[in-house]
Amino acid sequence: MNLPEEKVTKINISEFLLKAKSLIGLVGLIVVFSILSPRFLDYYNLTNVLRQTSLNAIMAVGMTFVILTGGIDLSVGSILAFSSAITAGMLKDGSPLIIAVLAGLIIGTGLGFFNGFVIIRWNIPPFIATFAMMTVARGLTLVYTNGQPITGLGAAFGYIGNGYIGPIPVPIILTVLIFAIGYYILKNNRLGRYVYATGGNIQAAKLAGINTNNIILFVYSLSGFLAAISGLIITSRLNSAAPTAGQGAELDAIAAVVLGGTSLSGGEGGVIGTLIGALIIGILNNGLNLLNVSPFYQLIAKGAVILLAIALDKKESR
Amino acid sequence: MGFCKDLENIFLGREYLKSFNVIDWKKIKQEAAKKLSELGMNINVNRLVKYLSVGEQQMVEIARSLLMDAEILVMDEPTAALTEAETKKLFEVIRSLKSEGRTIIYISHRMNEIFEICDDYIVLRDGRFISQGKINEVTRDELVTMMVGRELKEQYPRESVPLGEEILRVENLSVKGLFENINFTVRKGEVVGFAGLIGAGRTEVAKTIFGFYKKTSGKIYLENEELKINNPKDAIDNGIIYLSEDRKNDGLILKHTLKENMTLSALKSISDYIGTIYHSKEKYLVNQMIEKLNIKTSSINQKISKLSGGNQQKIAIAKCLLTNPKLIILDEPTRGIDVGAKNEIYKLINNLKKQGIGIILISSELPEVLNISDRIIVMHEGRITGEILHEEATEEKVMLKAVGGE
Repeated sequence: MNLPEEKVTKINISEFLLKAKSLIGLVGLIVVFSILSPRFLDYYNLTNVLRQTSLNAIMAVGMTFVILTGGIDLSVGSILAFSSAITAGMLKDGSPLIIAVLAGLIIGTGLGFFNGFVIIRWNIPPFIATFAMMTVARGLTLVYTNGQPITGLGAAFGYIGNGYIGPIPVPIILTVLIFAIGYYILKNNRLGRYVYATGGNIQAAKLAGINTNNIILFVYSLSGFLAAISGLIITSRLNSAAPTAGQGAELDAIAAVVLGGTSLSGGEGGVIGTLIGALIIGILNNGLNLLNVSPFYQLIAKGAVILLAIALDKKESR
Repeated sequence: MGFCKDLENIFLGREYLKSFNVIDWKKIKQEAAKKLSELGMNINVNRLVKYLSVGEQQMVEIARSLLMDAEILVMDEPTAALTEAETKKLFEVIRSLKSEGRTIIYISHRMNEIFEICDDYIVLRDGRFISQGKINEVTRDELVTMMVGRELKEQYPRESVPLGEEILRVENLSVKGLFENINFTVRKGEVVGFAGLIGAGRTEVAKTIFGFYKKTSGKIYLENEELKINNPKDAIDNGIIYLSEDRKNDGLILKHTLKENMTLSALKSISDYIGTIYHSKEKYLVNQMIEKLNIKTSSINQKISKLSGGNQQKIAIAKCLLTNPKLIILDEPTRGIDVGAKNEIYKLINNLKKQGIGIILISSELPEVLNISDRIIVMHEGRITGEILHEEATEEKVMLKAVGGE
């Protein structure tokens, strides 16, 4: 027996409309800013928006996985800073590019893994575990850099943040690639189902034979890894690793996930929504800059948008 | 209450106050110590309750209720966590309360206690009043009959299937604090029923076989090979599956779809070596199960929170079946579903028997466990108290063993 296809499609359409709410918001923002500022739509500005958004978007993919398991990761900004500092320091000391980059990625993944380990082994709530890591990793960064930026990292390293493949900047290509992999895992791989199940009902997931501890280790490691990737891009772009890099980045990543409709209680959502959420935040920042709105007011606007989006979401599910 | 101190617990809501509503801790401490020593308890009133044993905690709670100076005291299974010595003390307290002229309503499934401490009895069954009378005018057997006493008019379409070889053997299985020395076997095509009262340890035995609890001692053999099971995943890989008694809390993920729920335990068999899911195979298997179990849904992508209890239960069962089990443990498979769906589940059990699957059926519904099982194992307070063949089983026999009688 096969259920009528028609009904299946109907549900997909309503699902799409639900998702489309944030998409409609995004299109609305683009329309408003292109009317208010003639510079908004030109090629240079658009690639600039995307390149800036890519930093947050990449971290937000990791954050999506974490939040889907019902967790949260407050440490991504600090992990970004520490892994960047390690890479930069090693480059300064003359390590080969590949080794320095790998070291940064391993540090990021390792700190993320440690988050997961603390959560499953000592049963510490993710908020607390990653909050502690946020402080510790920032402290490690300051110790390692002695509070000074590490600069002069060489031309080859600059390619990651400033290079192009064809007409498209490398960070944008990386972002697209990471979203594609994230989408594949969540939609088409059993690992994704396990991630959703862990956040949907951890007891049921365990009884269904899922090793939820491994899933939790995986998502926090992934989040740390992607924070490190984001760190590589920004360090390469600025040709400098600042000890204060990524401060507050966790909040932008969480905002992107939440704007994208992923439920903070876990088990529902996905990376497509997160991409839209990250673009909304990126475009809002860029558009308000173009309109010469003071950064102080930008913060207020960002907060208001997040609140509005969540309020709409709640109304929908009621 | 775990984080409060004893005395804070005992006086919660009834603190002695000095002027300006300041709590009079000194007086509270004295009173708490007095009440506890009346109960024969010598414990430090400054200790946190969570460090006390379960029995001691229970005594603290009783002390608290005594302080209410209530005319009527309702005690709901007060001895469930008490040792014999503690129970004796409690009974002394109850007797002295009685002599003070207070009324006590004592709820218990322990026949011995009821005959020891009570004057009158009331029997309730399935939420209805059954009878009332004097304890000294009733026998234990009469009481059990009243507790059971329903008529067996429901349909139990049980089919006899020739039993195959032994599939599961459990030897001296124990988990400290939950149950001990559990021994039994299950054969291919056999339904072994587990009867007993709630809290007898049946679900815990099942979850231990399934790898959810760590066994403290004992051995589990599947097809004569000893199993090393550390978690449910190992059990599933070995062909053992468990249907949860609580589909809403740990059986299903209500906010996910029918399809996602149904295939969750079987994803390995419908994905390739890197984990890519074969969507068309998944869809085919799900639709097959929907047809086989007669599940009513508008789509395989329906959120299951929107489906009826009976359909949810069928999805949970389908999820078990998709793992191709050799042994299936059904924990309260018909709880909270309508008669029609129940009947379908009984027929499904018949089908599983014919396929040579071993079945453990845990049920608190006596007629069900009596009529569906080939053999009935009765548990009482973490021990097996009896094993009865289907042909010889009566509700009275099972109930008597379930309440720990001879």
